[in-house]
Amino acid sequence: MMLSSPHLREANSVPRIMRLVCVALLPGIAVYTALIGPAVLTQIFLASVAALFFEAAMLKMRALPVRRFLGDHSALVTAWLIALTFPPLSPWWLTVTGVFFAIVVAKHLYGGLGQNPFNPAMVAFAVCIIAFPALMSQWPAQGLTLPFEQQLEIVFGFSPRIDALTAATPLDAIKTALKTNALRVDNIQELLRSQNLYGTFAGRGWEWVTMTYLCGGAFLLLMGVITWHAPFAFVTSMAAAAAICWLIDPSRFSDPLFHLFSGGSMLGAFFIATDPVSGCSTPRGRLIFGCGAGLLAYLIRVFGVFPDGIAFAVLIMNICAPLIDHYTQPTVFGLRARESDT
Amino acid sequence: MLRTSFHFPGGVKPDSNKEASARDPIAFAPLPERLALPLKQSAGVAPSPVVRVGERVKKGQVIAAAEQWISASLHAPTSGRIADIGNYPLAHPSGLPAPAIIIETDGLEEWQERPPPDWQRLAPQEVQQYLQQSGVVGLGGAVFPSHVKLDAEARMEELIINGAECEPYVTCDDRLMRERAAEIVSGIALLRDLTGAGQTLIAIENNKPEAIRAMRGAISEHRENFTVVTLPTRYPAGSLRQLIYALTGKRAPFNVLPTAMGVQCFNVATVYSIWRALAHGEPVARRVVTVSGNVRAPRNWDVPLGMSMEALLQLSGPLSDTNGLIVGGPMMGTFLPLTNAPITKGSNCLIARSPRLFPPRPPESPCIRCTACAQACPQGLQPFELYWWSRARDFDKAARYALSECIECGCCAYVCPASIPLVHYFRYAKGELAAAAREQKMADDAKSRFEFRQFRAEREKTEKAEKLAKAAAAQAAKRAAEESAASGEPENMASQEERH
Ligand code: SF4
Ligand code: SF4
Repeated sequence: MMLSSPHLREANSVPRIMRLVCVALLPGIAVYTALIGPAVLTQIFLASVAALFFEAAMLKMRALPVRRFLGDHSALVTAWLIALTFPPLSPWWLTVTGVFFAIVVAKHLYGGLGQNPFNPAMVAFAVCIIAFPALMSQWPAQGLTLPFEQQLEIVFGFSPRIDALTAATPLDAIKTALKTNALRVDNIQELLRSQNLYGTFAGRGWEWVTMTYLCGGAFLLLMGVITWHAPFAFVTSMAAAAAICWLIDPSRFSDPLFHLFSGGSMLGAFFIATDPVSGCSTPRGRLIFGCGAGLLAYLIRVFGVFPDGIAFAVLIMNICAPLIDHYTQPTVFGLRARESDT
Repeated sequence: MLRTSFHFPGGVKPDSNKEASARDPIAFAPLPERLALPLKQSAGVAPSPVVRVGERVKKGQVIAAAEQWISASLHAPTSGRIADIGNYPLAHPSGLPAPAIIIETDGLEEWQERPPPDWQRLAPQEVQQYLQQSGVVGLGGAVFPSHVKLDAEARMEELIINGAECEPYVTCDDRLMRERAAEIVSGIALLRDLTGAGQTLIAIENNKPEAIRAMRGAISEHRENFTVVTLPTRYPAGSLRQLIYALTGKRAPFNVLPTAMGVQCFNVATVYSIWRALAHGEPVARRVVTVSGNVRAPRNWDVPLGMSMEALLQLSGPLSDTNGLIVGGPMMGTFLPLTNAPITKGSNCLIARSPRLFPPRPPESPCIRCTACAQACPQGLQPFELYWWSRARDFDKAARYALSECIECGCCAYVCPASIPLVHYFRYAKGELAAAAREQKMADDAKSRFEFRQFRAEREKTEKAEKLAKAAAAQAAKRAAEESAASGEPENMASQEERH
């Protein structure tokens, strides 16, 4: 028996990393559920079952050890991210379609874990918002509290999709205001407040969800699962872009804080821009990746046609990632001598 | 004098597991009845046997002499009779046998007369020769002949003494520094004089407080100005390039010798053996070996070279579930079955394996590009890129990601969550690149040989043609001359001249 050194290993594994990511999402999920209702948990359950099913089927088709690879929990992370980025009262088949595109197309048809150039959850979001723009924009109105049975009925299609689902999110409200240009209020904050959408520092209620995502991200940083580069750059560039627009015209653009805690910003910064497989792998590359994603997300959500820009921003940066990596290779330890000596 | 160290990138902190074997003093191993001494115990060329089968040898007698410069002599660790010279198994995973000298010991420990040289009066070249004949090589594991390193004409800026001992389990240098600090310090002073080093730095990881105290004590007793630098415990602090950087801030690429940067580095055990050789005329025929891991009584043993590993392991009482050995440290050492292969100059540590201490590596899963490996690499490499290209058999691409800078320290594979044996891939890729380079060279040589043959054949052909043409011309001239009824002598002379 010949075995190669080293003969020791740190107690770390891919399943452990994926489990930590799930754990980091738990506080966010709890607050989100408190805000919206058990439909959130229903979506997570639905997405998880679908993801495990598709994953197992694809592994079987690719003649890979199903049990071992299913146990790496990577499909679960994708499923949870889909459940958290899709509207919570989406019909069940929308979620399943999203999971299908994520696991079957974006992941396995591109070669499986570790090979996918695009973030599977973001592919799911992008495909669905293009194919079903209306459904993907139906966020429950702020403060809408439906009983669990009714939420279930909506998700599983037994009851008509009610009007309350089509309420504008704060991000939508600003965009409409920007487009119509017919505002007669002093600034956008006033508008949001007047529509009772504004909470302490961002969308009412939602601000606390994004806040807990931020805490989850901090946990991942502490555990060494992610590095600070991409989230830091993401947050900074989005805040900077928002600040510039806001300083130019505060009556039409909302403040940076609002942007950081609205929509998928924190989820994007800490859980999506940090995806190791489809993101950048060098420290400087991750800074560029995060910067680009934050900036694009801001531009798309403010000037584009979609309610939020995270998915497209991340996918665009995914395309650039190999190139960024290529040009940001760190200097090899010994080789720096030649430069510093001259 | 306090001195802070520079922070090299990456590194890992595995459990040190040193306490158990560092507790007790070094013990002398009982003399085995039979010693097997492989000829090749150092980097470079193996020495040639100078004894015959059946001959009686004394302790310290040369049994194989170095004939090339990068080579070191081999000595009888005790008195006895040469039982055989032939191929015997080595402590190598391939299990292939290699030439060795077998000594049947007689238990008399009869020393060969070997007066210590008056080393203070020796010229530097003579000191080098003496060390070569004493078989002094690097005992930290690299086994590079020490006299070669003293070759540099240039004065060194820094002399570094490596007592870092960063590999888990290994404690032989730690014990040596605790117990034989005075001699080590004398040896360092000698090396300082030989290298003319401006500054002498002794590096010890901060998990060896007693060794640090012993060395500091010996230094002040000897009234030397050496500095003991306490390194934070982080593997691979004792690796040559990382150590040099930590102490001096100088970065040495793989193809630049430290001496070119004004730094010379010796391991503490090597310094000790240099001192024993020059001050006591004692050649390198023993070494201190840590025996640890799955044994009842882990400790350090002062062992004659050639003792079987199995016999040495028995001295520390291996537990019943021992299923093999690791020779060297667990990060860079070799995985072997239980073996009676001999201890050589390079064997610093034997670790008894058990499934509990060294659970088998789980099967490799796909790389998720988490970059844990890159963050751990002390050479600042991107191991996952190297892995990707090595696996794709695109070795040139791997070379472009600086594969040659990889020191095979194992930090990357230690942290990899996907359990990929990265170092294994890198060794394989390096082997393939070396083979490709050899083939390229052979092809180039063959091509130039072929081209030269072609050129020669062409030349011979034209020469022949010219000759023929000349001969024909001469014939024609001759015939013409005969026809004109004169003798042919002058023409012959002309063609003779042409040939020169
Ligand atoms: S540590 Fe392993 S899984 Fe992570 S990037 Fe390196 S090789 Fe890939
Ligand atoms: S084995 Fe090579 S690639 Fe891996 S950490 Fe050590 S130097 Fe870096």
